[in-house]
Amino acid sequence: MSLMLMAVQSLNGLQLGILLFLIAAGLTLVFGVMDFINLAHGVQYMAGAYFAVTAWLLTGNFMIAVILALAASLAFGLLLQWLVFRHLMGRDHLDQVLATFGVILTLNEAARMIWGPSPLSLPIPEALSGSIVLMPGLLYPVYRIGIIAAGLAVALLLWLLIARTRVGMLVRAGATHAPIVAALGINIDRLFAMVFGFGAMLAGFAGMMAAPILAVEPSMGDNLLILAFVVIVIGGIGSVRGAFLAALIIGFVDTMGRSFATDLMKLFLSPSAANDVGPALASMLIYILMAVVLFFRPAGLFPARGT
Amino acid sequence: MTSTRRRAGWLPLALFVVAAAWPMIAEMSGNPFWTVLASRMLIFAIAAISLDLILGYGAMVSFGQAGAVGIGAYSVGIAASHGLNEGLIVLPLAVLASGLFSLVTGFVAVRTRGVYFIMITLAFGQMIYFTATSLSAYGGDDGLTVWSRSTIFGSGILEDERVFYAFVLILLAAVWVLARLLVASPFGKVITAARQNEARVESLGFDIFAHRLAIYTISGAIAGLAGGLLANHAEFVSPAYMNWQRSGELIVMVVLGGMGTLFGPIAGALAYLGLEHVLAGFWQHWRIILGPLLILVVLRAPGGLGSFIKTRRT
Repeated sequence: MSLMLMAVQSLNGLQLGILLFLIAAGLTLVFGVMDFINLAHGVQYMAGAYFAVTAWLLTGNFMIAVILALAASLAFGLLLQWLVFRHLMGRDHLDQVLATFGVILTLNEAARMIWGPSPLSLPIPEALSGSIVLMPGLLYPVYRIGIIAAGLAVALLLWLLIARTRVGMLVRAGATHAPIVAALGINIDRLFAMVFGFGAMLAGFAGMMAAPILAVEPSMGDNLLILAFVVIVIGGIGSVRGAFLAALIIGFVDTMGRSFATDLMKLFLSPSAANDVGPALASMLIYILMAVVLFFRPAGLFPARGT
Repeated sequence: MTSTRRRAGWLPLALFVVAAAWPMIAEMSGNPFWTVLASRMLIFAIAAISLDLILGYGAMVSFGQAGAVGIGAYSVGIAASHGLNEGLIVLPLAVLASGLFSLVTGFVAVRTRGVYFIMITLAFGQMIYFTATSLSAYGGDDGLTVWSRSTIFGSGILEDERVFYAFVLILLAAVWVLARLLVASPFGKVITAARQNEARVESLGFDIFAHRLAIYTISGAIAGLAGGLLANHAEFVSPAYMNWQRSGELIVMVVLGGMGTLFGPIAGALAYLGLEHVLAGFWQHWRIILGPLLILVVLRAPGGLGSFIKTRRT
C-alpha cells in the first residue's frame, strides 16, 4: 500500500517537475542569452492559463483552445518584450527587477479586473479523462500522464532546437558572444526577441497544461515563479540541461516531502509534534536543498559554459 | 557642495519636528486615524532603512527582506501567545531572531553575487513564508492575533496610539542615527568601497565576505525590529507580511526614495504607503495604476524621486 502511494507520488513529482521545467526553460534561456532577469515570467504562465480558458469558452474544443492560447501567449510575450523589456536590456539588474515587478503588479491586477478574483477552471478534455491501470491496484489519471508526455516531448524538441538547428546555434553563440554574432551580420535583437517570445510560449504552455488540474486565478504564477528560480539556481543559470534535471529533482523532492515528511517525523517525535513539524519541514525542504547545493557549488550543478 | 550638504542636514531635522507634532495635527484636524497610519509608515521606514544598508551601500539586491521583518513579527506574536509581553524582552528577541536568521542564510547568500543573490534571498524569504503558513500551532495561513501590545516595564502605555507613535518615532530616529554612524565608520567605508571595486579592497587585505555578512546580519536585525513593531501595531501577525511582494515593495520604497542615502528610503516609505492609502481609498484596483507608474519611473528616472534632494552616491 505504501509502495503504491510512493509510486503515485513519484509520478506526481515527475509531473510537477515537468511543469517547472517548462517555466524554468524560458527563464534560464532569457537570462543566459540576454542577461535579463524577468520576474514577470510567472505572469506569462498565468496568461497562458487564462488564454486557454477564454479560448475554450469561445470554441468549446480543448485542442483548438490550446493552439489558440499558444499563439496568444507568443504574441503576448512579444508585445511585452516590445513594450517594456527591450528597454531594459543592458540595464542594471536592479532596474530589471523593479520594472518587471511593476509588470507583475499591473498584469495580476489586470487579470483580476478582466476575469474576476475567483478561480476559473478548464475541464479535462474527453479523450484524456478517466484513469488507467498502471499496475494492479494502481490507477492514475490519463490527463496527468498526458502532461508528463507532452512535457517530455517539449523538452526533447527544445534540445533538438538548441543543439541541432541553425537558430539554436545562433542562440548558443549569442549567449556568450553577442557582439561577434551581431558583427557576423545576424540581427541579434530579432534573435533575442524570438528567444523571449519562445520562452513566454513555453511558460504559457505550462499554464495551459496546469489549468485543468489547478485553479486558474490571478497571481497563480507567483509561487511557481519562485520554484522556477530555485530550479534555475540549482541547475545553473543559463543551462537548459541543468534546468531540466533540477526541475525533476525539485518536483520529486517537494512532492515526496509533502507526502512523507510528517510520517517520517513520527519516527522521531510524538505524533502531535510531528504534525506540527512535518509540514513546516516539507515546505522548507527544497530551499534547504538549494542552500546546500549552492554552498558547495555556488554556480549551480551544471553551470552554463562561459559564465 | 556645502549648500547641498547643509540642506541635507537640516531637512531631516525639520521633518523630525513635523513628525513629532503629527499626532497633535491629526487630532486637531479631527483625523486621529492619521496617527495610526503614520505609525505604520514609520515602521516601514525602519524596514526601508534596513534594506538600504545592504541595497544602497552594499549593492546587494535582497528580495527577502520581508522574511526578516516577518520573523521579527512572529517572535513578538509567538512570545505573546505564550504570555510573554514585556517589550524590553520581546523586541530585543525579535531583533535577535531576525539577525540570527540573516546570519545563517547569509552564509550561503552573501557568497553569491548579482542575480544569484537576488534569487537566493527571494527563495529564503519564500521559505520563511511557507514555514509560517504551515505553523499550525500559531495560526498557520490565518495568522495569529496578538491580544495586547507589548508592555514597557510592565505598563501598557503603548496601547495609547499617540504613545505608540512616539515610541516608533524615537526608534526610527535611533535607527537612522545608528545607520548613519555605521556607514560613516571605517566598517561602512569598506562596504561602500567593495561595491565600487572589489578587487582593490580585497588586495588591501580586507575580508569582504565577513564585512558583507556583518552588514547583512545587521540589516536583518533592524528589519526584525520593524517586524516586532509591526506585530504590535496591527496586533496581528500573518504570513502575508513575508510574502515576496512585500519584499518587492520595500525595494520600491528604497529605490523610489533614492538608495544609498538612508534618508531617501524614509521618504520612499512615506510616499509609497501614502500613495497606497490614497489610491486604495479610491479604487480597489489601484495596483493597475501603481504598476505602470513603477515601470515608467524605472525607465525614465533611474535615480529615484529623492535624487533631487541629494545626488551624492558615494
